[in-house]
Formats: sequence, C-alpha cells, structure tokens
Amino acid sequence: MGNPNRVKAESGFMRWVDDRFPATQMWQEHLSKYYAPKNFNVWYFFGSLALLVLVNQILTGVWLTMSYNPSAEGAFASVEYIMRDVEWGWLIRYMHSTGASAFFVVVYLHMFRGLLYGSYKAPRELVWIFGMAIYLALMAEAFMGYLLPWGQMSYWGAQVIISLFSAIPAIGPDLAQWVRGDYLISGITLNRFFALHVVALPIVILALVVLHLIALHEVGSNNPDGIDIKDKKDETGKPIDGIPFHPYYTVKDVFGVAVFLFVFCAVVFYFPEGGGYFIEKPNFEPANPLKTPDHIAPVWYFTPFYAILRAINFSLFGLDAKFLGVVFMGAAIAVLFVLPWLDRSRVNSMRYKGWMSKVMLALFAISFVILGVLGVLPATDGRTVLAQICTAIYFAFFLLMPFYTRMENTKPVPERVTG
Amino acid sequence: MKKQLFALLFALVPFTAMAAGGESVPYSMTPDLHDKASLQRGMKLFVNYCMGCHSLEHQRFARAAEDLDIPQELVEENLIFSSDLAYNDQMGNAMSTDDGESWFGAPPPDLTLEARLRGTDWIYSYLLTFYRDPERPNGVNNEVFDLVAMPNVLEPLQGVQEKVCAETDRPVHGAELDPLTGKYQSCEVLQVTQPGSMEPEEFEEAVYDLTNFLAYVGEPTKLHAQALGPKVLIFIFIFGVLAYLLKREYWRDIH
Repeated sequence: MGNPNRVKAESGFMRWVDDRFPATQMWQEHLSKYYAPKNFNVWYFFGSLALLVLVNQILTGVWLTMSYNPSAEGAFASVEYIMRDVEWGWLIRYMHSTGASAFFVVVYLHMFRGLLYGSYKAPRELVWIFGMAIYLALMAEAFMGYLLPWGQMSYWGAQVIISLFSAIPAIGPDLAQWVRGDYLISGITLNRFFALHVVALPIVILALVVLHLIALHEVGSNNPDGIDIKDKKDETGKPIDGIPFHPYYTVKDVFGVAVFLFVFCAVVFYFPEGGGYFIEKPNFEPANPLKTPDHIAPVWYFTPFYAILRAINFSLFGLDAKFLGVVFMGAAIAVLFVLPWLDRSRVNSMRYKGWMSKVMLALFAISFVILGVLGVLPATDGRTVLAQICTAIYFAFFLLMPFYTRMENTKPVPERVTG
Repeated sequence: MKKQLFALLFALVPFTAMAAGGESVPYSMTPDLHDKASLQRGMKLFVNYCMGCHSLEHQRFARAAEDLDIPQELVEENLIFSSDLAYNDQMGNAMSTDDGESWFGAPPPDLTLEARLRGTDWIYSYLLTFYRDPERPNGVNNEVFDLVAMPNVLEPLQGVQEKVCAETDRPVHGAELDPLTGKYQSCEVLQVTQPGSMEPEEFEEAVYDLTNFLAYVGEPTKLHAQALGPKVLIFIFIFGVLAYLLKREYWRDIH
C-alpha cells in the first residue's frame, strides 16, 4: 500500500501512517539519519536558537493579538492594558519585545558563522539565499511590529523610514503615500502594518524557514573546517565524520537552549527595556503627529544600515544625497545575496584562508559594529566621516572579495575534520 | 575553544557597546518599590496635589490599593474624590482636555508612564527645582523644565524657593568649584526664602515618596517580575545542568 519506495515501519500504527504519509521517511531524512559533521562548535547553536525564538515570537504574538487593539485611538492604551490588566500580559509582552531583539542577536551571529566558515559556498548557495530572504522578511516583520505599540518612536521611526521611498525619483512621493495609505502615518498605516505583521509576513518567514532547512538537508551541513564529510564514507555508506543529528545534536542543542534561555529570561525579568535599546524611552509617550522627538533613532538592529544611509551626504552622478543614501542602504543588504559568487577562494573555512581574508573579515565586523553604534547617536561631522570610512570598508569587504580570495595563499585543507 | 569564545564575545560587542545616554539633571533618586509606606505616602500626595490636573489613565485604584496594601474602605473614603470614579476604575481626573488647554496652553499630560518616559531622576529633580520668577505667568520657573506652564503646586509644603547668591555643596550649572572650600559660589543657588509647612529635608522625602509612587505606577508588575525571576532562572540553571549531563552521556563515544 502507498508508495513502495518509502522507508516504512515494519508493522503496527506507524506502518499504517507510513502507508499514507511518509512520517518514518521524513523522521530519518531530517533527524535520525541526517548526518551532521561531528565537529560543530559553539557557533552552530544559533541556527536552532533562531528557530526557538521564532516559535517564541509566534506563540507570544498570538496571545498578544488576543488583547491588542490595532487602531490609532486604542493601540497605545491596549498595550498598557496588556501590561497591567491581562493575566501574565506583562510577561507575554516582554517575551515578545525581548524576543525581537534576541532574534536579531542570534541571526547576526548565525550569519557571521556563515561568513567565518564559508557556509554560503557551493553547493550551499541556495541555503544562503533562502537565509538572506528570511533576514529580509525578518527586517520587514520587525519594522512593522515596531509601529504597533503606537508610541512616539514607533510613529516617527516609521515616518522616517517610509519617507525614504519618497527619495526615489519620479514615483517616490506617490509610492510613499501608497505604502502609508495616507498623507502621513495614520491609523490606516497601523492597520495594514498589523495585517502584514501578524498574518502575511509570518507565513512568508515560516515558508522560507522550511525552504532553508530543505535546501540545507539536501546538501548537508558545512562545518568549521569547511570540508565535505561525504567524501569519506564507511562501508555502509555513512560519512565517517558524520553523526546522526538526532540524538547527538538534539541533546546538544537542548543544552544551548538552556544557556540561551538563562540570558533571555534574565533580560525579560530584570532588564526588559534593554537599557532603552529594546524598548526606547520615547515609546512610553503615545504617538503624536504634531510633536517630533528631538532625536529619532531606529531600534539597534537596524542602526548599521541607518548609519550607512546617513553617511551618504553627497550627490553623485546627478543623484541627490538622500536617494543615493537609500541606494547604498539597499545595496548593503543586496550585496549579501550575491556573496556565494564573490568568494573565489579554493577553501571554505576561514581556518585555511589567507591573511587577507582574515583581515578583511575582522575589518568588516568592526565596521559593522561601529556603524551600529553610530546609527544610534546623533550625527556630527566627525561621526559622519567615521561612518563614511566604515561604509567604504563594508563595501570593500564584498567588492574586493573576488580579488583577495583568489590572490592570497591558502593553507592546506585536512582530509578529515579536526574537531 | 578559547579563540572561539573570544570571537563570540567580540560578536556580542554591538549588544553591550551602546551605553545609555540621557540629559543630566541635578538630583538623583533610586526607587524602592519594597518600601510600602513610602509608596502609600506617595499615592496620598499624588491624589491630593497632582490628580486635580494629571490623570493616571492606565492605573486602577484597586490595583494600587492591592499592591500597596491599602484597605479598600480607606481608598474609597480618602483617595477617591470624584463621584464619577469607583474603586475598580482607572485614576482619571476631573479636568477636561479643553479646559487644560485653555488654562495652561497645553493639557496637563497623563503621568502613568512618566517615570519610564523621563526617568525618576528627572521627576525628582523637576519637583525640587521650582523657583520664583516674576516674569512667568504663574510666577515660577523650573531648573530642569525651562518655561514650564505648571505652577508649583507643592509650594505650600516646600515654601517659596528663590535663586540667591550663595555657597553650596551641590554642583550648580555655570558655577566654578572653589578649590579651597570645595563649594560652589553662584547666584543661581536655589534656597527656600519663605518656609512652607515642611522642613527642606522633610520636603525632599515627600518628593521622594511621590516619585517612588510614580515609579511604581510606571510598571506595577516590576516586583512580581523580580520575585518570579530567581525561580525561573534557578529552574533553567538546573535544567541546563541536566541537559549538559545528558549531552555528555550521549557524546561519550564520539571522538
């Protein structure tokens, strides 16, 4: 009965299921017989942690939706209602707001792991591209979610970012108005952001996560040595340096989950505002279209790109500075998508790349951090120059990659993983 | 492994590198949400001196009474003045927005989240630094909120405070420190020139209580969170130890 090519249970209830749904086959393909390299290090925790945070966001988000009021008149008060009158509402809300920042922390570390060990290189290009699509969707999700509490920073942050569309020549102003659905951010914008935040984008993100994992399991996981464990197999055809994901990495990831949750819960219970970076202070005042805050700063996870936007204060090729800034900000994210074709190195892992790759990655990471800090601070002349230097390094890391990865001397790669 | 940990630490830098900024104010206070007596006095002061104009539209009388151990009868008899308001209602006020706007130029803001918006140091400093200024419509100005429209409603308690030329221990804006005496010489020193019903120390304590109460109102769940926190963290810690032991057991044969 059913598809005879499937792996099936011998008998019993699972056999009945397997004849109708490939449960045993899927369990083996993705868990019990998915062979992962045995030398994963601490960097490899962040993938499963991202999944954990995604589940946290969906569950707490569903419960927040039960009491939230997506209208300009009621949104702010409904958040305070959740914080005060809903049973455990404060905990659900803080888990969601802290979860947003935690999501970007683990995703940035997860992406850095990819850069470090060349996890984007052939045959994992699609794994990387699906991952980048998740990151893009996550940024949209976070941006729209930030409008929902309808505080001053929600309102003015959205105002600033949406007004960026109006910098596009010819269609800009109409496009910005189309996105807002109004001449300025209003209850109409809030309603559509709510719909996108709680329905459309979560569906997109979940679908992309499935694609990310299917693509990963098709080609197999990379590892800190960047070598293919499938090159060395034993007589039964199993990779010698591979171990079944379940139980080995499931039990290991459970330990990672415990460490993560310890830090996460410490923030939720003791520092839910994250020093004003997870929940910005001006957001404790309801949105007021007539009163612009002194200093508008996006939430920390967007600040590197915001700093790039502000760093472009000059016109070029007849494009005005504001539009050029938007182009650079877009390019800063777009360039990540083509990363697999920029790296021409013979080796995958930073362990065996030459000194130029190492220096460039270090400079890139430092620039990204500096841009992140600059994006929170008000701009001054000195800071703008620094942001311009860091922007140049950011792009040099990618655009010079085809040259320095090919020119440099690489170290010999080991036959087997080194642990 | 050490190298990796270092790299991880480095990657976490954006998380910690951003120090919190903020405007500086002359006085600071640390809220003590465990000091129920202080919070009760603060609530009494708020209801008597602030609530005529400022609402706490997200804070219920009942919730405050429960959290601050004030019996319901006491609240109903002494803290609810308006016949429109009941024990379970939010702490609204009687002044309409239109009246507020025509009397003060802007409606007095709701203060539920003021402590989280501006911080408790700001509120504490603000309430302590009203001073006589005949050029202002209400006859007073404020050190931390220049040209404020609010009158000094606590003046009967504090007395009349004026800017005088004097020596002071506290840093004064624009004044230089005298290295010999360790004091500041300035004509911007705030001093009570006509006593109120409270001594200056007594008044500072009252303002502390009031600010403390607003800190409580900003986040009434804070004590619950802090009480639950250790239990959750201990649970996760034990869970983590067991998870580690389980992992080690499974990985025993992986070399």
